[in-house]
Amino acid sequence: MAHGPAEGITRWLYTTNHKDIGTLYLWFSFAMFLTGGFFAMVIRAELFQPGVQLVQPEFFIQMTTMHGLVMVFGAIMPAFVGLANWMIPMMIGAPDMALPRMNNLSFWILPFAFAILISTLFMEGGGPNFGWTFYAPLSTTYAPDSVNYFIFAVHIMGASSIMGSINIIATVMNMRAPGMTYMKMPLFVWTWLITAFLLVAVMPVLAGAVTMMLMDINFGTSFFNAAGGGDPVLFQHVFWFFGHPEVYIIILPAFGVVSQIIPTFSRKPLFGYSSMVYATAAIAFLSFVVWAHHMFTVGMPIAGELYFMYATMLIAVPTGVKVFNWITTMYRGAITYETPMLFCIAFVILFTFGGFTGLMLSVAAADIQYHDTYFVVAHFHYVMVAGAVFSGTAAVYYWLPKWCGRMYDETMGKLQFWLAFIAFNITFMPQHFLGLAGMPRRYADYGLQFADWNMVSSVGAFLYGGAQILFLYNVVRTIMYGKPVAEAKVWEGAEGLEWLVPTPAPYHTFTKPPVVISSAAGEDEWTISGATPHVAFKAAPGAG
Amino acid sequence: MSENKYYVPEQSALPIFCATAMGLMAFGAASWVIEGGDAKIFLVGLALMTIVMYKWWSLVIDENMQGLASPQLKHSYVLGMLWFIFSEVMFFAAFFGALFYVRVFVNAWIGGEASVALFDSTPTDAATANNDILWPGYERQWPVMETPDQAVNGDQAMFKGPDKNMSLPLWEYPASQWFSKLYTLLPWLPLWNTVILLSSSVTVHFAHTALKEGNRNVFLRYLGITVMLGFFFLCLQVAEYYEAYVHYGLTLQSGIYGTTFFMLTGFHGAHVTLGTGMLLIQLIRGLKGHFSHEDQFGFEAASWYWHFVDVVWLGLFIVVYIFG
Repeated sequence: MAHGPAEGITRWLYTTNHKDIGTLYLWFSFAMFLTGGFFAMVIRAELFQPGVQLVQPEFFIQMTTMHGLVMVFGAIMPAFVGLANWMIPMMIGAPDMALPRMNNLSFWILPFAFAILISTLFMEGGGPNFGWTFYAPLSTTYAPDSVNYFIFAVHIMGASSIMGSINIIATVMNMRAPGMTYMKMPLFVWTWLITAFLLVAVMPVLAGAVTMMLMDINFGTSFFNAAGGGDPVLFQHVFWFFGHPEVYIIILPAFGVVSQIIPTFSRKPLFGYSSMVYATAAIAFLSFVVWAHHMFTVGMPIAGELYFMYATMLIAVPTGVKVFNWITTMYRGAITYETPMLFCIAFVILFTFGGFTGLMLSVAAADIQYHDTYFVVAHFHYVMVAGAVFSGTAAVYYWLPKWCGRMYDETMGKLQFWLAFIAFNITFMPQHFLGLAGMPRRYADYGLQFADWNMVSSVGAFLYGGAQILFLYNVVRTIMYGKPVAEAKVWEGAEGLEWLVPTPAPYHTFTKPPVVISSAAGEDEWTISGATPHVAFKAAPGAG
Repeated sequence: MSENKYYVPEQSALPIFCATAMGLMAFGAASWVIEGGDAKIFLVGLALMTIVMYKWWSLVIDENMQGLASPQLKHSYVLGMLWFIFSEVMFFAAFFGALFYVRVFVNAWIGGEASVALFDSTPTDAATANNDILWPGYERQWPVMETPDQAVNGDQAMFKGPDKNMSLPLWEYPASQWFSKLYTLLPWLPLWNTVILLSSSVTVHFAHTALKEGNRNVFLRYLGITVMLGFFFLCLQVAEYYEAYVHYGLTLQSGIYGTTFFMLTGFHGAHVTLGTGMLLIQLIRGLKGHFSHEDQFGFEAASWYWHFVDVVWLGLFIVVYIFG
């Protein structure tokens, strides 16, 4: 495997290299992030003032739908799959992913899926207009014809996710270097292993849901039609059985990223490594048994409401374990505030905030007031944007020097952070107030009493959009003109196998498996031949 | 390659052609189902997919024959197959879940019988109102022979229940007569399908054992029998569907019973077709002498899939047919 990448475009089209595929995923997800962001700008521009100004309500609802779909399936999920591709083989000492050709297939399905999905906007009757949760009968009886394209796009996206996850599971279970036991794996690998399990478990259920839609629309079945003995609420159950684990699919890898970065810049090992692993597993388990808390207003038996309320509150326990562990990791650490660390600290604060509003929403009696208002919108943007997107940004800044051998501009990074942090809060904090005051989501117009906060929110959104352009500029500038980095261990406090290989990471990382040796202090240390000789590292801290 | 025992494949054009085929099939299928559409794009995609699949599997088999596949890579294939089967389990779980939800909850609500508590059969006000106002005249029943639509709209109904269902024939008689009516089970197709599919799981296991013992002829014979049983099963299912559509008035459009019946058995049938195809390919490979008593992953993967399909059928037989 001494050869480098192939020349020209075929390098990217035909590649079997986990780093190339990771890069493809990351760029694709960023393109989708800007696309979904553009939709969000349309939404916020329309909501800048009351009244219908810029787009018609029929188009507005297509924008909210597509914004959700593109951000969830096109931006956030592929971003973390990209990080997984880049980092997991390097972190566990594997030469590549377990099934490299299938890896390439998983990626290349996505551009086709999203081309189909976005093309629906230009079709007769318009694109999907039923919200990203596509509840029946809006998505069946009353849907435009383009819903069929949406259904099949979801099908192939699902196939991509399932193949990608199977690949990650096989890699983690089968490709770890000798001595890399499960409880020595970096937390990012752990969270991805559990995420991949969630994906394999629930993407087929989503496939089932859209299949039922397809049959109801075109072949006269009555899954979601009470006239034939079915029930529209059945759709919500099937959808949320997928949908709730899906939110953990989005956030668990973010937890993993944060658990890598905070120890580095605190110059302390992660506090409570094993409790982090167990907490992740507990969250994953609970995610399967709480789905109907999205449906408190649909008319469930009271026993169901109570069960789903209490079960949901239970999730706060393992999540709390994680938050406390991150804080305790920082406690008395020699902290420096580089850009990735800033994003991670913001993550801990804002994600916890979003977690608390989630706890408020979990109270079935109170949810009747909050349901389908901007309070919910604010809640899930605190966990999706300040959670997943902030940690993804942190991950890019953190590993970019390792990927391309060049250092980003710290000043510009910090500028982007503060801009994003402030703009994010200007955008979404007022939405809590709007929601509590009763403004419903997904409408193009609103009552005059909501005008002030909506204008504030829109200004914040435009600023936040600007911060992303700065991010793009900073990353491109780093790749092209950044200051070269020579040392393998880019960050002083970084630990783990990925900091043992040369910078930039060679096209094929490991020609020989790294070796674990136990040092005199009883800690596990790694060495790798071919790289700087006898560089030794502690393995994942806290592991027995 | 000397110091690198893991085989990382070279660049390959197969994945992107496969993705193109999937894109064409997805786009084509959507334009096909929309009124006035046709299947052209879908068929182009399907053709491309067939070529890619053939090439891809040939390549993997070739690599394996050349000894490029290390034990570690083979273990990756094993994991890949097992997790793929798990994803299939979850796909069926969605449809079984829909069936249970409809039978246990929806039917009671529409029928006005949803009770206030687990051990108290008093119907809730909501359920009563639901029945009185929306679906007056509908009575809770399974299989749903008269749909809520029919109860309200009579002959004008869009969804008309079937004339006859697929449940165990014995249910038509009082329990005291069951023994004397056992002969009614003889022409009951699902029973024969169960016998066929269960036997095929046994024969595929015999084939596996024979292969491990290096007994090639016995292996081929049992594998051949398994493929034939799979084919018989599919023939009987076609006969059953014909019967349902032509004589029972049981179709996809006949309300939730027809919906769940055809979707569950239909997806199972599709999986049997796939499994039979997989085993047939393994049979052809076996005839070509691809397997040795220690290297047989292709066959094992197909046989695991077959056992999975069998287990799904047992679930179907119990909840869709016996207690259908």
